[in-house]
Amino acid sequence: MLTPGYTTRRELEEHSFSPVATLLVPLVAILLQVLLTKTFPQLFLLDLPLLVTVFFAVSRRSPIAGAVTGMIIGLLEDLVSGQPLGINSLSKTLIGYIAASIGLQIDVEAITTRVVMIFLFSMMNSLFLYLIVRRLLGLETHQLLWRHELLRAAVNTAVAIPLFFALDRSKRRQ
Amino acid sequence: MESFFSRFKNSLVLVALLLIQTIGLAVQVRRPVVPPLGSGPATTSSLGAPETPDVTVARSWIVAVLSPAERAVHGTSTFLRSTWFNYLDLRGARRQNLDLRHQLDALRLQQAAIAEDALEGLRLQSLLAFQQHYVSGTVAAQVIGTSGTDLSRVLYLDKGSADGLKPDMAVITPDGIVGKIREVFPQTAPHVAQLLLINDQTSGAGVLLEKTRVRAVLRGTTAGYLQISNLTPDDRIKPGEQVLTSGGDGIFPRGLPVGMIEAVAPDPDHQPYTAIRIRSAANLTRLEEVLIITGTENSLPPASLHALARGAAATAEARAAAQKAAADRAAALEASKEEAARSAAEVVADRLPGLHDPDESVEDREARVKAAADAAAHPKTAGGTVPHPLPTVHADRYSPGTTPPASTLTPGASHTIETAPATNEEAPQARRTPSPAPRSTSPNSDATPPQL
Repeated sequence: MLTPGYTTRRELEEHSFSPVATLLVPLVAILLQVLLTKTFPQLFLLDLPLLVTVFFAVSRRSPIAGAVTGMIIGLLEDLVSGQPLGINSLSKTLIGYIAASIGLQIDVEAITTRVVMIFLFSMMNSLFLYLIVRRLLGLETHQLLWRHELLRAAVNTAVAIPLFFALDRSKRRQ
Repeated sequence: MESFFSRFKNSLVLVALLLIQTIGLAVQVRRPVVPPLGSGPATTSSLGAPETPDVTVARSWIVAVLSPAERAVHGTSTFLRSTWFNYLDLRGARRQNLDLRHQLDALRLQQAAIAEDALEGLRLQSLLAFQQHYVSGTVAAQVIGTSGTDLSRVLYLDKGSADGLKPDMAVITPDGIVGKIREVFPQTAPHVAQLLLINDQTSGAGVLLEKTRVRAVLRGTTAGYLQISNLTPDDRIKPGEQVLTSGGDGIFPRGLPVGMIEAVAPDPDHQPYTAIRIRSAANLTRLEEVLIITGTENSLPPASLHALARGAAATAEARAAAQKAAADRAAALEASKEEAARSAAEVVADRLPGLHDPDESVEDREARVKAAADAAAHPKTAGGTVPHPLPTVHADRYSPGTTPPASTLTPGASHTIETAPATNEEAPQARRTPSPAPRSTSPNSDATPPQL
């Protein structure tokens, strides 16, 4: 009986997803984001596309795949929100790349790691968006409200833990 | 060279992706180009820059993919809610119906009260050739989705180009303005439109402060509230003042409610201007149904004119009825005064024993009192000559002519005056009325004043 011979951590824990899951999960995340914020305006704090980006990036453990995934999800977000294409996609490209790079170095399956990771990525996303809108687009009125962003990071972290456990079921080990 | 690319493959791909997106972003947010005359409103991004056809197509495709799901979810939730509220949860509906009827009556009265003023205003406007825009056509739409992010405040409506919607049409609710149509998707989603809310940071409207009549420009902020920041400090502008549309932006008709001034403070970023924060009249975070203004005209629609005419007629009727009621009340008051005066005269006549004839009938007495009252009310001579007193029926010591002349009186001598005995009819009245004290026989009695 042949057993797979893993030589690196990347080979040991690299996952892939079915094309259906790859296509549907981001679309459903964006759809839920659009619908939930209509019924519950407070859920503007939640960023489901960001959580999906981070999940795919750390699961695939490929920085290029993470960056491309983040870019596509960000572009979809920009298309729906009516903003110029590139605001969310630039931010999520960077997030996807960094998340995949971190996934190569540390164990991202543990709950504690996930909590810290999601919190930091949420804050990082807010910072990237602020820099893009304020510096690249020149919108001087845009402000970074730290208390608001901390609350956003906490909400994203609270939602991400059960969401990641649910999405773990769609993983396929390579 | 090959090892360099393989070694830095990830970083190079990242840089390439970021570069492509940055260039694309720069192309989109370049300075807006004024479209040629007659070309209609150009499709713009939320920053106001015109979009390339590719971006527009991409947006319409993603809307076409997502909108069926949004409509399905919205339809399902609407069905469930309407089933619950229209069939199951009808507690208090009768009471609410009654309250609404009362409210309707009150509003009818209000409408009647202002109808005349409105008609007068219309006449004055026509005299001055004033161009006013009235809403002549609206389309009701429901909100089916949002942008999903607080960076842009955009909503999706279930009506689109197939329903006559076009970009830059004003969107309102009965409470106040909401925003404008930013985009429609005639090719891929003809029944979906994108609404840019008034509190988006790229949105704006021309407004007028109701009391001070100051014109200003209203803008949205990143935090999602409305702000006027192009006015210098003015003591007259205070919190609580209503803000209306000025009609100067060419999108919103004049006079629609926008909101109320919530706070006035110096703008730290743009001195010496003030930051006037406005609380929106419409609840922008809980929008369910909106009205899109599809047409305006310079005169009032016939239905509105008819309603105004009815209101004016009702006002005239109400005014005539009020005048008649006031006249009736005045007449009744006059009658009651006359009655009271006559009653008082009768009481006085009853209480004065010398003026009452026991043999006189009631009719004669009333006729006599009335004649006296008429004579008092309408004196025949302009100078107001004092009338002669009526002849005394039963003379007493107070009757004129009964007192002996002073020349016949002797100081210090006793002097008695015969008085008439009281009759049986006068006795009870005498008991009710204190009779005058008998004249004292003391030498100093003449100097004593009568006690009233």
